[in-house]
Amino acid sequence: MRVHVDAEKCQGHNRCYSLAPELFDVDDLGNAVELNDGNVPEGLEHKARLAVANCPEYAITITE
Amino acid sequence: MADNRHPPVTDFATDFDHTDPTWVNNPFPIWDELRATCPIAHSDRYGGTWLPVTHEHVSAIAYDTENFTSRAVVVSEVRPGPMDLPAPIGVAPPITSDPPFHAMARRLLLPAFAPRKVDALEPFTRQLCNDLLDALEGKDIVDAAVEYAQHIPLRVIAKMLGFPAEDADYFRHVIHLILEEGITVTEDDDERLVEGQALDAYFDNQIADHVANPRDDLTTFLLEAEPDGNKLMHEHVRGTMLLILVAGIDTTWSAIGSALWHLAHNPEDLKRLAAEPDLMPFAIEEMLRAYAPVTMARLVAQDVEIGGCPMKEGDWVLLPFPAANRDPEFFDRADEVIIDREENRHAAFGLGIHRCLGSNLARMELRVAVEEWVKRFPNFELADPSAVTWAAGQVRGPRSIPVRLPG
Repeated sequence: MRVHVDAEKCQGHNRCYSLAPELFDVDDLGNAVELNDGNVPEGLEHKARLAVANCPEYAITITE
Repeated sequence: MADNRHPPVTDFATDFDHTDPTWVNNPFPIWDELRATCPIAHSDRYGGTWLPVTHEHVSAIAYDTENFTSRAVVVSEVRPGPMDLPAPIGVAPPITSDPPFHAMARRLLLPAFAPRKVDALEPFTRQLCNDLLDALEGKDIVDAAVEYAQHIPLRVIAKMLGFPAEDADYFRHVIHLILEEGITVTEDDDERLVEGQALDAYFDNQIADHVANPRDDLTTFLLEAEPDGNKLMHEHVRGTMLLILVAGIDTTWSAIGSALWHLAHNPEDLKRLAAEPDLMPFAIEEMLRAYAPVTMARLVAQDVEIGGCPMKEGDWVLLPFPAANRDPEFFDRADEVIIDREENRHAAFGLGIHRCLGSNLARMELRVAVEEWVKRFPNFELADPSAVTWAAGQVRGPRSIPVRLPG
């Protein structure tokens, strides 16, 4: 499973970074970036789905 | 100040007014009814105002910076005049700015409010909360809004800007004037002018003091910043100070107050939160969804049709994010507060390019304030539900919450 942040859509709500700091970081402006090229380690799939489901801007997608 | 209060509303679909006591005390049934019958209401008040209440319409307008300008974001009898800074800058950049200027003004401030910068303020905030709580110990009945919630963002914002903490009463006065009194004043109100000049003088004094004694705070940062190779215009610095003061205090104080008000009359939620601190991040987001304090506004920039409604250039549009957050088309059990709600795409901090600049700071203050309160008083309760009062205007939160502390 991989997560992807659409930089055009991300407005820096910071929900993904709060919910899944293992999968996302934020830059100096507070916008989200994927860690590990977006690869989701085993056991963190639920957190990845939470990040998607809580992004107010629909900026995060998952590919299986 | 002149008494320009408005006549009572009898029909919210055709004559709504967000300062009407019915709305101020409990706006949710109004929005629920409009959502079911007439999703975009119109009122002739304030020279013509629209009110979308579904998540679909609120987000469509928030994203549409072509047809809607942020040049003024507080609905009042007075639209921006020729003496105000013009679009795309506006009076308080970047909240009053449109693209493309908006991006520069916002980019300048974002680093100061990014998560790691905010994390550094957490110990100060936690200590502040504990000092406030210490002062409540041993009392039977206290006011959770007046004696606790309001002080937290006042002190945090004063610290960030490098303004004296002793000026807190003046900041409260300014915020009240702009967000509550300012709604009903008219163009020729002399007191409005005098207050505006006094505020400019206050900012000028702070600027002069920081020019003479530069220090590690947001004011010095604004004075030294050269985002496009030039220092910011004096009006830009003052406008951004105004924004941070007005947008950073009343809003967070309202969010903290609403969360404590909820816990004070929902003992099951309070008990669960005290016993399961891991729930706190979800509970905080749910409080933000259910009691989002901020309704924004736009002016229609050019004639446009939204949801079949003909919006004309110069009309006001209220953007009630709190109503979008209660839309049952968008949220399951939208009218219930579910403190362990896992999926919560709420819009409490807005949507699109104007996402609340201070959202990370507000969220930290709210979480720390609730955590410390619940730790100290795990079984407090409302002392008199009928004595709770709510702020009127576009920022909604309790202004008085008398609570009984366990003896």
